[in-house]
Amino acid sequence: MKALVKIMPKKGVLDPQGKAIEKSLNQLGFSQINSVIQGKLIEIEIDSINENDAQKIVEDASKQLLANLVIEDYEITITKEE
Amino acid sequence: MEISVIVFPGSNCDRDIAVSLKKVFKSNPKMVWHKEQTLPKSDLIVLPGGFSYGDYLRCGSMAANSPIMSEIIKCGENGTFIIGICNGFQILTETNLLPGTLIRNRDLSFICKNLPLKVENSKSRFTHKYSANEIIEIPVAHNEGNYFADQKTINNIEDKDLVAFRYCNKDGIVNDETNPNGSKNNIAGIINEQGNILGMMPHPERATDKVAGLIDGEKFFISVLESIQ
Repeated sequence: MKALVKIMPKKGVLDPQGKAIEKSLNQLGFSQINSVIQGKLIEIEIDSINENDAQKIVEDASKQLLANLVIEDYEITITKEE
Repeated sequence: MEISVIVFPGSNCDRDIAVSLKKVFKSNPKMVWHKEQTLPKSDLIVLPGGFSYGDYLRCGSMAANSPIMSEIIKCGENGTFIIGICNGFQILTETNLLPGTLIRNRDLSFICKNLPLKVENSKSRFTHKYSANEIIEIPVAHNEGNYFADQKTINNIEDKDLVAFRYCNKDGIVNDETNPNGSKNNIAGIINEQGNILGMMPHPERATDKVAGLIDGEKFFISVLESIQ
């Protein structure tokens, strides 16, 4: 099974990288773009028979290592491999 | 005096801190590889600066899960002195031995210079050799030194006088202009509630030898030495 973990800065946490990208895009002429937030996307393959187990494993992994809950939120999407 | 300096893949201030500790403590620290499962008996544990695991994922996040860390967490909870400098501070926040975290510098640039610091708490076991509000000069060298925590945590740190050092200018002015990296309340270093763990971004070990220019870090190490004895 496959999992995607999307990790984004929490609201209110300074995201200087997103701000720099936003500025750069504006300078390129993308004047309609008025907010950029940079996060991470982590793709994981798991040996697991069902989606519930997979969800739990990735949940634990996210809390323990992948995300820092002081500054980040995470969102997990489980998909069966094609 | 038994001192352990923990060495991670990517640590690069481990030798510097060992030299400073040897000079002040007159004792040879043990260099402990992060994969060790047991820690030698230690009165003081130091997590040095550097770029453990190449700063991948988040600074200090992988080092915080190294095999030796469960021993260090136990020691810290039982009152052993722990100092985390720069990457060591980042590791301590990732293990939750210290609150908050360190994020990317506000202006996105790596800062490498000598900066004035205000000794905010001169009564702690790490800082008592300094006088109240003393202004000292210590080198900083970091890309992710922007101290962040939610407002409740910041209030708790401030109310309990757990800020050890703040960034300021030469006259001791603490404000946004004298904040090099965007840290909340100009925080450069904090102490835990028990008073046995300190984390700081600046490098006191780089300020213990006149030949290298600065010596204001010496009182920091003498404070720790006297507190342990």
